Amino acid sequence: MNGEVADKGTWWRERVRAPWRGFQIGLLATPTILLLCALSLSLSLVGVGLGILLVPVVVGVARGLLDTYRDLAFRWSGQRVERPYLPAPDGAEGRWNRFARLMADPATWRDLVWMLAEPVVVLFTAQLPALLILYGLWGWILANGLAQELVQHGFNDWYTFVHIESGYGSPFQVAQTLAVATAFLVAGFLSGPSLLRVHGRWVATLLGPTERSRLALRVAHLTETRAEAVDTSAAELRRIERDLHDGAQARLVAVGMSLGAIEHLLEKDPARARALLAQTRESSARALSELRDLVRGIHPPVLADRGLGDAVRALALDHPLDVEVSADLPGRLPAPVESAAYFAVAELLTNAAKHSGARRVWIDLRHADGTLRATVTDDGHGGATPEGGTGLRGVERRIATFDGVLALTSPIGGPTVVTLELPCASSSPKI
Amino acid sequence: MRVVLAEDLALLREGLVSLLESHDFTIAAAVDNGPSLLRALVEHRPDVAVVDVRLPPSFTDEGLQAALEARRRVPGLPVLVLSQYVEQLYARELLADGTGGVGYLLKDRVFDAAQFVDAVRRVAAGGTAMDPEVISRLVARGARDEPLGRLTPRETEVLELMAQGRSNAAIAQQLVITERAVTKHTANIFAKLDLAVSDDDNRRVLAVLAHLNAR
Repeated sequence: MNGEVADKGTWWRERVRAPWRGFQIGLLATPTILLLCALSLSLSLVGVGLGILLVPVVVGVARGLLDTYRDLAFRWSGQRVERPYLPAPDGAEGRWNRFARLMADPATWRDLVWMLAEPVVVLFTAQLPALLILYGLWGWILANGLAQELVQHGFNDWYTFVHIESGYGSPFQVAQTLAVATAFLVAGFLSGPSLLRVHGRWVATLLGPTERSRLALRVAHLTETRAEAVDTSAAELRRIERDLHDGAQARLVAVGMSLGAIEHLLEKDPARARALLAQTRESSARALSELRDLVRGIHPPVLADRGLGDAVRALALDHPLDVEVSADLPGRLPAPVESAAYFAVAELLTNAAKHSGARRVWIDLRHADGTLRATVTDDGHGGATPEGGTGLRGVERRIATFDGVLALTSPIGGPTVVTLELPCASSSPKI
Repeated sequence: MRVVLAEDLALLREGLVSLLESHDFTIAAAVDNGPSLLRALVEHRPDVAVVDVRLPPSFTDEGLQAALEARRRVPGLPVLVLSQYVEQLYARELLADGTGGVGYLLKDRVFDAAQFVDAVRRVAAGGTAMDPEVISRLVARGARDEPLGRLTPRETEVLELMAQGRSNAAIAQQLVITERAVTKHTANIFAKLDLAVSDDDNRRVLAVLAHLNAR
């Protein structure tokens, strides 16, 4: 096996770290119990009305605490636990509706059951190794003289099966105590990682979404993104209609009218007819150029011809900033994904030019494991937020239709890195 | 002068045929798809090819691909590519082999028959004809930085026209200045861009385009 030394290193580190982590998780039992009491109290006050005000507040705090558990389950036990809660509706929500929604959400009740059981469960899972270790240490301290000290003051107790009473101290008794204590220590360290994982699974069973709530969340997500997709495409169609109406269409009408006038003038005033002809040609050229811009906005020609990689390269060539593109894409991607990714990258590039003060931009496109990943990095001053009216929200919304996600890191001072991920299959290379 | 023409829309194809014929060109073949274009180019070896970028059967950049492939098989084969839109990316690919005899123009340029025919002749003679839109975008991109930023506005104008493939005489006529003034501007441009001066018009244009494309 490769890297045995490193493996050994991690093996030891994991065994030392796990009990301490489990112990910390155990400490969270205290706030859990307090919140459980608060929740029970506020639920009991629903009858007198006060509960309707209190329950949402307490549930909110409890969900925050449970999020900490989910986070730790992921970081320490390698167990990804998604939030199961039904989303709050957009806009203002009355107190009563909020209360009703929380009560109707099965996740609230699963949380409650979990919080009830957790203080006990944690003792036998995550926190157990630390307790074993502590008990082992106690045994060592007892055997190393503390026992004799204590029994003189009337101490009388059992260390597992070793009776510590006046007269304790024979080498056999001490050896027995040491052996048991060492066994506890070893057991504590050895069982740490696996018990931590057991606790992670316990978190997942009740704090994760059930199949039903997963579907409900999915439906809610799809409903939202579908509505947005419909809105966006309707708005696009309206824009195209308006552009055609005010632009090319109007110009063609003008061309037709001019041609009529020229026909009329041909005999009477050839000089003016010629001037008008030049004007008409100008007009038709402008109509063409407007149609060209419109087509570029609907579906860029290079994207249709060559696919995403070259389309982004063409975009980079036309961009005022220094843009470097690297693309590793096998064949063509599904057209809708290609188009969504193209316009998202174009928007990010515009953002970089407008807001970041960047001089250089790097775009990386790759497709692996059924996911298209686009990374746009600039050397600007950073500090970008999705909220700052930078259009990032819009990009996020549009790729959400394809279950795409956007990740932003933009520390003050830069650099800004935006990563888009769109799940999609790739077709075989087109030759 | 023999021409092979590729354009899939019958209306435009016939328009181009009659336009070229009325200017004393002979149409060796007029085709409407990529594969027959490649065949016609290799078979007829015309003095110049006039090709639409987008052709059947795939309706992507089939015309461009056929033209590039033909130039690989017949080096230096003059090709003038026409398109509804111009892309710097495609311009680069046409210019990549550095041998000249290429043109890349918007279809609208056909409206001005005299200029269009002039461009076809220039390409046939081994020169270049780049659409003003490609060139102005190229120049605009470089203009923020050295050394393009050091050119005077007049020199930039001359540079753009030169990069389009125009001769000194044509540039002088367009800007309403003397040819001697154009020669002076050209010398200044070449000095500022640190390019070797060449008496050969075509090589001069290619040097400028290579410089612009290198950015």
